[in-house]
Amino acid sequence: MAKVTFNSDLCKGCGLCVDACPKKLIVLSKDKLNAKGHSPAEITDQEKCIACAFCATMCPDCVITVEK
Amino acid sequence: MAIVFQKPKALTDAPLHYCPGCTHGIIHRLVAEAIDELGIEGKTVGVAPVGCAVMAYDYFACDMVEAAHGRAPAVATGLKRALPENIVFTYQGDGDLASIGMAETVHAATRGENITIIFVNNAIYGMTGGQMAPTSLPGQVTQTSPYGRDTATAGFPIRVSEMLATLDGPQYIERVAVNNVKNVNKAKKAIKKAFQNQVEGKGFSLIEVVSSCPTNWGMTPSKALQWVEEKMIPYYPLGVYKDRSAEKEGK
Repeated sequence: MAKVTFNSDLCKGCGLCVDACPKKLIVLSKDKLNAKGHSPAEITDQEKCIACAFCATMCPDCVITVEK
Repeated sequence: MAIVFQKPKALTDAPLHYCPGCTHGIIHRLVAEAIDELGIEGKTVGVAPVGCAVMAYDYFACDMVEAAHGRAPAVATGLKRALPENIVFTYQGDGDLASIGMAETVHAATRGENITIIFVNNAIYGMTGGQMAPTSLPGQVTQTSPYGRDTATAGFPIRVSEMLATLDGPQYIERVAVNNVKNVNKAKKAIKKAFQNQVEGKGFSLIEVVSSCPTNWGMTPSKALQWVEEKMIPYYPLGVYKDRSAEKEGK
């Protein structure tokens, strides 16, 4: 099973990972703010992740770690 | 569980100061991945520019030197000649490399110095607040060209890769982009090759990375990457402009 973890405090909420995910599993949090005051990216359904790492490839801030 | 993707070791834990969605972060990571994969972190020396990437010395885990504006290729030349066993790279923006540092860049290229240059072209001066750069597109609106770049008074953008490829000195010149996953993967390959060339003592390698500046272009990060695709890449076509090792093999 694939596992995606976000180091949320580094996230700037730019949304490039949201665009990159082929399964459309990533959203910017609607109710959370991180230490910098951005809405961090989070995964909606971990089960459906295919570990393609497209999100991590496009993330400018190395927020995302992908495991499989 | 096996790790598919994690932060490269050649980047420090310092949070990047770049604006949200700025592709400098991606390019930093690609450079760090190349350093990790070639196992050269202990002997690599980077030269940081003036511009948005001025604090690159905080982000790369290897040794770093800060150069005066545009002079990174000259500093890198000195480092490489004094310490030929070390791997020396510069990381420069378009305001640094294509404007004030053009002389240093062209002469380092024509001398064929055995260094690696990562040239980030986002068609604007980012750090100083979005002024017109030598690489700004015709008609592009910036702080200093509010009606769009007028080529009658401000001239035309400089295509650095094409220009340097006319010289006999450089070993390898390629233009890549980081606007989507496919191009990021190609950029990674190009950057790794540029470092590999230096390890093998082949000479001057320059990778121009077509990049974005959401803040100063006045766009969302995702719109900015679309703009790269629609406006930047047609003016700055991607591809290999010079590869002496391929020429030798008759390709």
